[in-house]
Amino acid sequence: MDWMEIISALALIAFIIFFFPAAREMIKNNPQGTSSDWMGFVIPVIAIAIFVTFLAMLV
Amino acid sequence: MNQNYSTVAQRSTSAIATNKVLRNTYLLLSMTLLFSGFTAALSMLMNTPPMTYLISVIGGMVIAMFVLPRFANSPAGIGIVFLITGMLGFGLGPVLSMYASLPNGGNIITLSLGGTGVIFMGLSAYALATKKDFSFLGGFLMVGFLLVLLAALANIFLQIPAMSLMISAVVIMIMSGFILYDTSRIIHGGETNYVLATIGLYMTIFNIFISLLQILGIMSNDD
Repeated sequence: MDWMEIISALALIAFIIFFFPAAREMIKNNPQGTSSDWMGFVIPVIAIAIFVTFLAMLV
Repeated sequence: MNQNYSTVAQRSTSAIATNKVLRNTYLLLSMTLLFSGFTAALSMLMNTPPMTYLISVIGGMVIAMFVLPRFANSPAGIGIVFLITGMLGFGLGPVLSMYASLPNGGNIITLSLGGTGVIFMGLSAYALATKKDFSFLGGFLMVGFLLVLLAALANIFLQIPAMSLMISAVVIMIMSGFILYDTSRIIHGGETNYVLATIGLYMTIFNIFISLLQILGIMSNDD
């Protein structure tokens, strides 16, 4: 394990510690989405997944 | 009657303010992307070592998390956004040089750049056209982001290429969600500071580009 991996690991741990309180707060105050709201998110994400697969086939 | 006029006037003022934030965000975003491209090209010409990426990303993230919020409401905030995006662009230099040296490198970089553009513009157009409120995604995206950071941390020790591919794919999905979430926040008045809105959208674009580079790089090696 070289020093760059050690620094990457330490940086990731620092980011996780920094983002954890914000994530907890967001979950607490998060408005609930309806199934229609979630479909509005899932459909474009599926389209993105298909698009990325298409790009991977081009290389 | 007067109350109705007052409500209409308030809505109209609010819509104008939202459009102003949106316009300023996209203007600053396009300028920072051009500046990043310039610093990335400069870094490639200087043939910077691989550690430049790590130093630039950590430095850029620290400035974005601790310095930018203090200056977000002042003109200095714009300078800090250019500093962060310039640093991140400069960090991309050695990564792009590494991919450019691959047999199919030019194609991988072009497809990643084009793919990132299509994903960002497609999702932004979707959020703007539907005007849906994606605020419900906040908690889900933050938890997903933390899990990805944990998985990336684990993979530093495990070194599994398939896990690396999976992490990049999940990052693209989560960042796509953040584009919808951030754009929706601007449209619905949840984000009124274009400096913070710009850095949020820039980070999503940066992460999608890096993840696409990694996915296409791994897939091109499977021949």
